[in-house]
Amino acid sequence: MKTMRKVEVVTDILNANDQIAQENAATLKAHGILSVNLMASPGAGKTSLILQTARALNGRLRLGAIEGDVASRVDADKVAAAGIPVVQINTGGACHLDAPMIRQALRALPLDEIDLLIVENVGNLICPVEFRLGEALRVMIASVPEGHDKPYKYPGIFTAVEAVVINKMDLAPYVEFDLTALREAIRGMNRDAAIFEVSCRTGEGIGEWAEWLWGQWQARRAPSAR
Amino acid sequence: MHELPVTEQIIKVVLEHARKADAHRVVQVNLVIGDLTSFVDESIQFYFDFLARGTEAEGAALHIRRMPARVRCHACQHEFAPDGVDWRCPRCGNLGGEVLSGRESYIESIEVE
Repeated sequence: MKTMRKVEVVTDILNANDQIAQENAATLKAHGILSVNLMASPGAGKTSLILQTARALNGRLRLGAIEGDVASRVDADKVAAAGIPVVQINTGGACHLDAPMIRQALRALPLDEIDLLIVENVGNLICPVEFRLGEALRVMIASVPEGHDKPYKYPGIFTAVEAVVINKMDLAPYVEFDLTALREAIRGMNRDAAIFEVSCRTGEGIGEWAEWLWGQWQARRAPSAR
Repeated sequence: MHELPVTEQIIKVVLEHARKADAHRVVQVNLVIGDLTSFVDESIQFYFDFLARGTEAEGAALHIRRMPARVRCHACQHEFAPDGVDWRCPRCGNLGGEVLSGRESYIESIEVE
């Protein structure tokens, strides 16, 4: 007679990804790299923020980038044109980057020549949140034309990030947008998140954001490296 | 979309545990998934049925226990369940709080023969 048995498992569904993410984190740490997983909707300004960040840091930190998109090299070409070492990952349909993709990309980057690695995730507010990459910081862009109600629609990402960059502030007078309501919603869901108001078009607020990254990088430097 | 690689991982872990337990058939898989994650039950079920074919987990029932979001108010420490877009504390009216649950995604147990 067949007997039914219950076997305890208690394994995270994302266990395989998280193990590789930890290896990536160790690799990045060994090279003294601060890594940022940059997430946002398509068109929120991820690539523009990378380019503006490079400009604002003005050589204080050497940038590297990993560009994630379903297809094309459009973003990688823009970033490469700015003199930033970059690897393009085309997911071929997948809606997010995962740790194995980052492991692969890290092999193609000059890690000893990079201080700050920005990983531009595939544009959406849902899937990228579930997959750790080995990053030190998770940052999202919430752009003004998307509206101020997004935290309630996508609580997962707003509760998961260390910083929210509100981009396209120059468009605020022209669209229906309540900055106070957005700030209040972000604060309510994620009390510790740093919030920046920027415009990648005009450069407004980019300095403050770049200073924050610089501070994060300094805070993570090993005492022996000073 | 991302349920496909996730379900592949679920089946891998399930089969490993089934073999370790000398089971010849997996009857049920018990998952715990939080409402703040982006996993869709029907999508996991769809991929599971497809990917489990020809393995010891073929035909296994998928039981998904959903964990509702729970939040502790920053202001008054009251614990509450946000109701959709309403993240206001029902006791003091403060907006939002620390997320206590709703982010879970793990395989709790399997039932085998």
